[in-house]
Amino acid sequence: MPVLRIPTPLRVYTGGQSDVTVSGVTVSAALADLTARHPDIRPHIMKDDGELRAYVNLFRGEENVANLQGLQTPLAEDDRLRIIPSIAGG
Amino acid sequence: MTLAIPSTLLGEIYAVVERAYPEEGAGFLLGSDGPVRRVASVFPLANASEDAARRNRYLITPEDYLKGELEAEAQGIDIIGVFHSHPDHPERPSEFDREWAQPYFSYLITSVQSGRAIESRSWRLTDDRAQFIEEAIEITL
Repeated sequence: MPVLRIPTPLRVYTGGQSDVTVSGVTVSAALADLTARHPDIRPHIMKDDGELRAYVNLFRGEENVANLQGLQTPLAEDDRLRIIPSIAGG
Repeated sequence: MTLAIPSTLLGEIYAVVERAYPEEGAGFLLGSDGPVRRVASVFPLANASEDAARRNRYLITPEDYLKGELEAEAQGIDIIGVFHSHPDHPERPSEFDREWAQPYFSYLITSVQSGRAIESRSWRLTDDRAQFIEEAIEITL
């Protein structure tokens, strides 16, 4: 099953886990599984309509899924998915 | 809350932000959490903001975040914070810093005055995102 890497700021919502094994054949399905297992993380990565928040990026391996099929990007059993926050300030 | 950082690593940060001046310099703090959060290494990154914005804005691309995360994993540690500079401005977070900050991270801000790093302070965003709380910096040998 794919493994989802949680960035340090969001691990408080996954009980401190840095890696969560998720089920799903697409990125969207994997995120649905993550938020079902750890509902407190949902508002920090998704808007109410299910779209990703602007500062949330998802990578399959080392590829940004925004450059692939977005939330419909397919996932293989051994894929590693990462939530990557945008970092800015000034 | 305390952020412990070796003096050599603070020196590395100062070198990065002085080179970036008059633009903002930025990068990650890598280390481990605990009763005292400890910085084990720093990971400078390019400021990906538009040219004209780099004097008062910094941006770390998702691709560069991934590089930082892979580097942290290779060292068996985590990304625990972000460092950046305020050229000719105080080392206090701005409203723009607050809007873009993530809870949990230590935000080490260094004031660079006329090209020289003067002082650093570290801050963490409250869970409700309303404000930053300053944390103590412990400079270690």
